Amino acid sequence: MRRAKSLWVAIMLTLAPAGAGAAPPADPLGSPMWIAHARTLFGDDPVRFDPRVRVSFPMIAENQRAFPVVIDARGIAGVRRMILLADLNPIPVAIDYRPLHAAPYVATRIKLDQRTPVRGAVQLDSGQWLVSGGWVDAAGGGCSAPPVSRVKGDWADHLGEIRGEVWPMAQGYNRVRLSFRHPMDTGLVENIATYHLEALAVTDGEGRVLGDMDIWASVAEDPAITLMVDGGPDAALRVAARDTNGRDYRANLILARQSPMPGGR
Amino acid sequence: MKLSRRAMLGGIAGLAKMPARAADYSITAVPVGDGIWMVRGADEPIEEHNGGAIANIAIIATPAGTVLWECGPSLRYGRALRQVAEQLTGQRIIRVYVSHLHPDHGLGLAAFDPAIVAALPGTIAALAAQGQGYADGMYRLLGDWMRGTDLILPGRTIMAAQEDFGGRVLRLLALSGHSSADLALLDERSGLLLAGDLVFHDRAPSTPTADLAAWRASLDQLKALPHGGVLPGHGPLDPTGTAAIAQTRDWIDWLEGALTQAVRDGLDMVEAGDLPIPARFARMAAARYEVQRSVSHLYPGIEAALLPRIDVKSAP
Repeated sequence: MRRAKSLWVAIMLTLAPAGAGAAPPADPLGSPMWIAHARTLFGDDPVRFDPRVRVSFPMIAENQRAFPVVIDARGIAGVRRMILLADLNPIPVAIDYRPLHAAPYVATRIKLDQRTPVRGAVQLDSGQWLVSGGWVDAAGGGCSAPPVSRVKGDWADHLGEIRGEVWPMAQGYNRVRLSFRHPMDTGLVENIATYHLEALAVTDGEGRVLGDMDIWASVAEDPAITLMVDGGPDAALRVAARDTNGRDYRANLILARQSPMPGGR
Repeated sequence: MKLSRRAMLGGIAGLAKMPARAADYSITAVPVGDGIWMVRGADEPIEEHNGGAIANIAIIATPAGTVLWECGPSLRYGRALRQVAEQLTGQRIIRVYVSHLHPDHGLGLAAFDPAIVAALPGTIAALAAQGQGYADGMYRLLGDWMRGTDLILPGRTIMAAQEDFGGRVLRLLALSGHSSADLALLDERSGLLLAGDLVFHDRAPSTPTADLAAWRASLDQLKALPHGGVLPGHGPLDPTGTAAIAQTRDWIDWLEGALTQAVRDGLDMVEAGDLPIPARFARMAAARYEVQRSVSHLYPGIEAALLPRIDVKSAP
């Protein structure tokens, strides 16, 4: 008995350094994958749930191949990293964004492979993670059905097309909207290998990186991304992206042509 | 101890806290003209508690037999509807019209002989291509309500502009816009126009398969067609015959304009789905729900049309 107890203490001591950050807090969404994802993504960093991380999405997942989500952490100071996560997707992380000289705001569309929690996790300069989100009910197959452009067969004709625009906002930000033509193949569809945009950066005229992100195939086909980057009304923004085949994508955004954003959102 | 299968089943039945079987549909037919009744759908999304019975249905008595306009979302609904209609008229059902491909209007045809079910050729083709996907979606949303419902295609292709049932003439209009093929029906006896989902009334229009330009053209045709009241696809009967057509037109015009402006203003899809809905639509049921669905249907196309190309050849 005594021996068993001391063995137990020894095991706990061995495990203690690895578990220094303590177990992640109990999940208000009751997700079966919360502990596993929290350990992988947050490691030993402290984590707590915080409604100031505003994760917005429609009341219905009308299209499980393209479900729009906004993570808006503008109410929180010192955000250095933002992760968009759907717990029960086979590719759980969609975007890992670093708003270096940008507001902590990102909007995109993701695939949903089934009913799942959809979360935003933001990391502060202190290392602290703040997490929020909600359950989304969805029909199955967002990740495991072939993209529309694969079915139509025209994906290669449009690969590399980038559309976008930039709007000056209040508080010295510029709102950037980008949309890429890309099949964003998940690798989960028979005989179609993984192929997706994997990196995106927005830089200013001096080559300063305003924001950059890693992107996974759980972002919807033809990725659409909205950011709010620093800069005045004379900013000239450059966009650089790369996909998993090493193909580079480049685009230029000229602000001067644009009218200010109505309402200054 | 070993349990017999019967004891096991009894035990399971005894546990029946969980809804082993959903309730039956309650179908109420309200007279809306000489020999024509309306069965009102719920002005709601397709949900477990309404069993998918959200589309309006009409029952028409003719000298040749009973005619149904639409047949509901499921086999169970179709069977219940047949019973109600045949008791009401005292005559067997000889024709069922399905206005378009959406499952709340036509999956109930599993309860009828396909040889008496008629639809436009475009509707039958669309059902053959997409009907199984819609049926799968209905099973996911409605569970046991759908039990036994298979996708069955209408057996009669509508090629004529009217059908005469022993002197009661039903005029058939082949239109489109809510979907690729939308049937409307004018009952000459009562003057009622059965508009299918080309016309919604105090219930927000849905756009999953819409072509808004074609929809406008169809609404123009319906407006110009001499008729009495309008029995819309969803929402209450419009006795004026003009209000519901005008409201549907107003909604799709507002929707397209608002979403186009939202793209111009730099809004993302989530933000576009939260746009204010004008006060004049305050009476419309499911308005926010349908706006958010429509954003999903229409926004990527508007973005592709309006956002400029900005890609440059990658520098060496």
